[in-house]
Amino acid sequence: MIEAQELTKRYGDKLAVDHLSFRVEPGRVTGFLGPNGAGKSTTMRLVLGLDRPAAGTATINGRPYSELAQPLRTVGALLEARAMHPGRSARNHLLFLAQTQGLPSRRVDAVLDLVGLHEVAGKRTRGYSMGMGQRVGIAAAMLGDPSVLLLDEPVNGLDPEGILWVRNLMKQLAAEGRTIFVSSHLMNEMAVTADHLIVIGKGKLIADCSTREFISRSSEKSVLVRSPDADRLADLIAAEGGKAIAQGPSDGQAAALSVTGLEAPRIGEIAAANRIVLHELTPQLASLEEAFLELTAGSVEYGGGETPIAGAPAVASTTTRGSSR
Amino acid sequence: MTSVSPPAPATARPAPSPASRTGFGGVLLGEWTKIRSVRSTPWTLVIFAVVSLGLTGLFTWLTVNSLNNSRSGAADSGIITDPVSFILSTGLGLGSLAICVLGVLVITSEYSSGTIRASLLAVPRRYPVMLAKGLVFAALVIIVGEIVAFCSFFIGAALVNGHEFTRTARVAGHAVTAHGTLHVSLGQPGVLQAVVGSGLYLTVLGLFALAIGALIRHTAGAITAVIGMVLVIFPLAGLLPGSWGAHVHAYLPTVAGQLITQDKPAADQLLSAWQGFGVFCAWTALLLAVGIYLLQKRDA
Repeated sequence: MIEAQELTKRYGDKLAVDHLSFRVEPGRVTGFLGPNGAGKSTTMRLVLGLDRPAAGTATINGRPYSELAQPLRTVGALLEARAMHPGRSARNHLLFLAQTQGLPSRRVDAVLDLVGLHEVAGKRTRGYSMGMGQRVGIAAAMLGDPSVLLLDEPVNGLDPEGILWVRNLMKQLAAEGRTIFVSSHLMNEMAVTADHLIVIGKGKLIADCSTREFISRSSEKSVLVRSPDADRLADLIAAEGGKAIAQGPSDGQAAALSVTGLEAPRIGEIAAANRIVLHELTPQLASLEEAFLELTAGSVEYGGGETPIAGAPAVASTTTRGSSR
Repeated sequence: MTSVSPPAPATARPAPSPASRTGFGGVLLGEWTKIRSVRSTPWTLVIFAVVSLGLTGLFTWLTVNSLNNSRSGAADSGIITDPVSFILSTGLGLGSLAICVLGVLVITSEYSSGTIRASLLAVPRRYPVMLAKGLVFAALVIIVGEIVAFCSFFIGAALVNGHEFTRTARVAGHAVTAHGTLHVSLGQPGVLQAVVGSGLYLTVLGLFALAIGALIRHTAGAITAVIGMVLVIFPLAGLLPGSWGAHVHAYLPTVAGQLITQDKPAADQLLSAWQGFGVFCAWTALLLAVGIYLLQKRDA
């Protein structure tokens, strides 16, 4: 189990991690989600004792990382793709790590088999592809057969086969009762991998809930309505308690409304009762990626100014899920 | 009959091994694996040996052969007055730069490659990594350094021994001509100390470079700093005026450290050979301590 309490890290004036508290439970894959620069990697480095926190604590199985006698037997970590000397072979990289933990060299062979790198393990890592480098990192994380794994963007640089492999490995390891904490900036990747989500933005906790809950909470329905008489329809919808936001006309089509708070059949009935012609009436689900973007919209570190995100129309308010594509 | 156990599945818990197998011994073993598994280690050591032995032989041979030449210069009188220091200072002086480079590389390559993060994840108390690195590196350099120092001496000795010289000097207005035969051996006073001391000096010099590398953490910057200090700043401090200048110069790291590589103390020497070596060791220990302090404190 990983536990962070009021974890805070400051770089100069900037708070990279801002009083972050969360708990990562064993037996499931916990996704650590946030836009680039949200503080995911910094948080992981704080948990692993690589960075010193300005305030707060992080413990693994109840103890700070720095107090673990043979940490790789308890915790495995994959940080960057390359945390290894380009002139050293993968086998020697894993061997020195094993020696510091008193692990036998057959563990090196075991993890090389696990990641499928036995053939090239004697070669210097300089010539490895990004995916191979990532596999060495995963092998290093698995070296001490740890009960807790922290993986920072593990599918980066992997081909589709590799992505599937990592996904299945994480699920299998979680099923064995281990604690799996995996960061990503891709919501769709987490949706298929993680059982639980911790979402942060600008170093602050945004959400801490199960993936299922996050998806259902995020997928609030909206209805796209297209009508030549959109203005009158918008008033009628508002009178019925719905919320209609003009999407603006688009290439010769009738003006569109994005309606929330009313189901599509009800909108059709209102239109029929008032003899309004509809050109389109489409119930829409916000995609997970859009829900995530919206959730973290206020906390994107390097946003593009006023540019609306997720293809949402400029008139959309923050409560609208603009799903028109 | 021996039973062969099947390879353990990767996801099975390894059998808990006795605690005695881990700890600092494991960190030492890991550092040995690190230092032997990159090519920069054998290459810099080969360059060190080739430059040291080659230049010792070349300079000694050239100087010996020009001894009775009328155009003889300062180096000639050096080889006559103190042939042992001449032999030990020429080749090893330049070769020692390779040791400086290796000392810097063993630590800065961890930072440039990111290996330091893997190292500190494995040893989160951190300081054992630096201690083990220093010990393994020192053990390697002292072995190679002593071998090269002795070989340098024997090459030089073979070239100078038995060489006759005639030297003319003017004493009280009279031309005095001295004849002699050069001879050096390990049995002469101070010679064994100078040869062994050369290997010790190289070892501490390497640790000095390692400490600078730990402070600066960038290969090019640290190599420039070390070589700048050893070749330029410390020797130039000898130009400082007055008695305090002489004292400052005498206590500088490599200036003090080099005293142990000389078989005959100079007349105006402020420190004895072993005192000088102690001063050099103290400087190096201080820098290593600062390096360890920063390693504990800094974000990795």
